[in-house]
This record gives sequence, C-alpha cells and structure tokens, in this order.
Amino acid sequence: MKVLVNGEERRVDDGATVAALLDALELAPGRRGVAVAVDAEVVPRSGWGERRLSDGSQVEVLTAIQGG
Amino acid sequence: MLKIADRTFSSRLLLGTGGFASLEVMGEALRASGAEMCTVALRRVDPEQRGSILDVLADVIALPNTAGCFTARDAILTAQLAREAFETDWVKLEVIGDDRTLLPDAPGLLEAAEALVDDGFTVLPYTTDDPVLARRLEDVGCAAVMPLGSPIGSGMGICNPYNLSLIVEQAGVPVILDAGVGTASDAALAMELGCDAVLCASAISRAREPVAMARAIRYAVQAGALAREAGRIPRRLYAEASTPEVGLPEFGA
Repeated sequence: MKVLVNGEERRVDDGATVAALLDALELAPGRRGVAVAVDAEVVPRSGWGERRLSDGSQVEVLTAIQGG
Repeated sequence: MLKIADRTFSSRLLLGTGGFASLEVMGEALRASGAEMCTVALRRVDPEQRGSILDVLADVIALPNTAGCFTARDAILTAQLAREAFETDWVKLEVIGDDRTLLPDAPGLLEAAEALVDDGFTVLPYTTDDPVLARRLEDVGCAAVMPLGSPIGSGMGICNPYNLSLIVEQAGVPVILDAGVGTASDAALAMELGCDAVLCASAISRAREPVAMARAIRYAVQAGALAREAGRIPRRLYAEASTPEVGLPEFGA
C-alpha cells in the first residue's frame, strides 16, 4: 500500500505500523525529539508499535529544528 | 530569580534559536548569553540533517514553539506533537494572523491558549502589546505573557512602551518581552519598563558577531533589571541643577 510521509509517497507493507515506517526511514523508535501525526492526529510514542497505517494515510514525522 | 509556573531561573534572558548560521555558533552564543531556556521549532525530519539541535541544548530547557501556525487548530496539534517530541508540556504559543507582519491572531491565540491550558500545558503565549488581550490570556490560565516590542525580526525595539508598561502594571504572571529587540539597549529598556525577562532570537543570531551580541544583551538585561529596581528619576522639561548654587562666587561686571 501507499502512504504519504512528509508529503512524499512511500510504499509500505499492508498494515505496517508507525514503528515499522520509522524503521524503514531509519528513525529508530525511542529516538529523542521525534513526533508523529497520522491523518492530523498525534500518535504518542507509546503507540508507535500498535498504530497501523492504512492505504493513503498521511503521516507527518517531525523533529526539533532551530526556531523562535 | 525569575519564576515561571513551577520553575525558577537565575537568567532573565531567553534565547530563541532561529537564524543562527550553524549549530556551533548557536552553542557559543548560548553559552555567552547565559540563557537557561531556549525555544525550538518542530518541522519535518530531514534525513540529510547531521547532528541534532537537542544535543547543543542538552544543558538547558528546550521550549517548543508553534511558529508557522495560522490557526488555533494547527497550533494545538503542533503543541501536542511537541509534547511528544520533547517530553515537555511547556509551549511557546504562536498563532499568526498575517504573513507579512507575523502579528498574532488575537481570537485564534486566545482559543488555542484556553484549549492548551485545559489539556494540561504550561502556556507562554506570544501576544500583541494589547493590555486587554494580555489580561484575557492570563485569565484563561497562561503561565506568562509574551508581548511583542515590534514585529518578529524587525529589530524596531519597543514601539509602544506605554502599552508595555500597562501590561506590566496589571500582570499577575511574568511578562516576557518577545520580538522586536534589535540591540542591547532595547533589552535594557524592556527590563527598565518592568518586564520580568526578554526573549531574543534575531538580534543575536543575525548580528554581525552573534556571540558578542549575546554577551551584550545578557548584560543589558541585567543592567535594565538593576535600573528598574533602583528607580529612574522623573523626566522634566527643564534642567534641574545638580551642582548647588550656594557659595557661587560673584565676579562682578
């Protein structure tokens, strides 16, 4: 299936979890300073292993940058 | 000591981390500034990025902002994501109403502030210098108010010292001047007007010598706070001689 990660289309296994996606992006779970939203909803770090993506899911993977 | 919510700070200067040429310069400026709390932003991960800003900020408190949000909804969602990313329920709340001046959107700001306070956040809102809005933000439970001196990055200093004084006079929470500082004297003036702290980004990060400016503003904040405590003399239209007239010699015509 295809999901949209930070605006880019990515192919992932059907029913892939947020954690699996982060692994594929080489963003290990537990990595400090990362937050994930799926379809405009926050997925808490503790839920990365369970939260499954579906075809067309819009995923935002965010981290700290300079600002403000 | 500066006290915001349940935290105390010995520095009254907060550093905004935007605009530095590199993380190295930022780290040096941070040390020179003596700041104990720094703002950070949340953006899409860049796989090419080497080194995290959080490593440079390891010894200080990272205060996530909601910069770039134009609606209460986006700001709330960004704050919730920041809570996950940084494991803090503190947020510098920005809801912007205009992309040219980056001035706050008052209704959106108030709506987001109220929602975030209800959600357990410690909210530090970036606001206009409107004393009524500042009071409303305090009323909904914000832990501080952060009025602008002038627009973000404009370096125009404090455009309306009168409003800022009114905010200070009525506030029951710390007042942090946010935005507009162009150089050290602006920061000193903010403190002389009674602000509890100053947040500075561009004035330091975009100075020709950011590390030197960080030091200058650090001492300006301290000088301003001391002057506030010492009490300035009233302004007068005419001179008042400081040298006594008694004993003045007469030299004849």
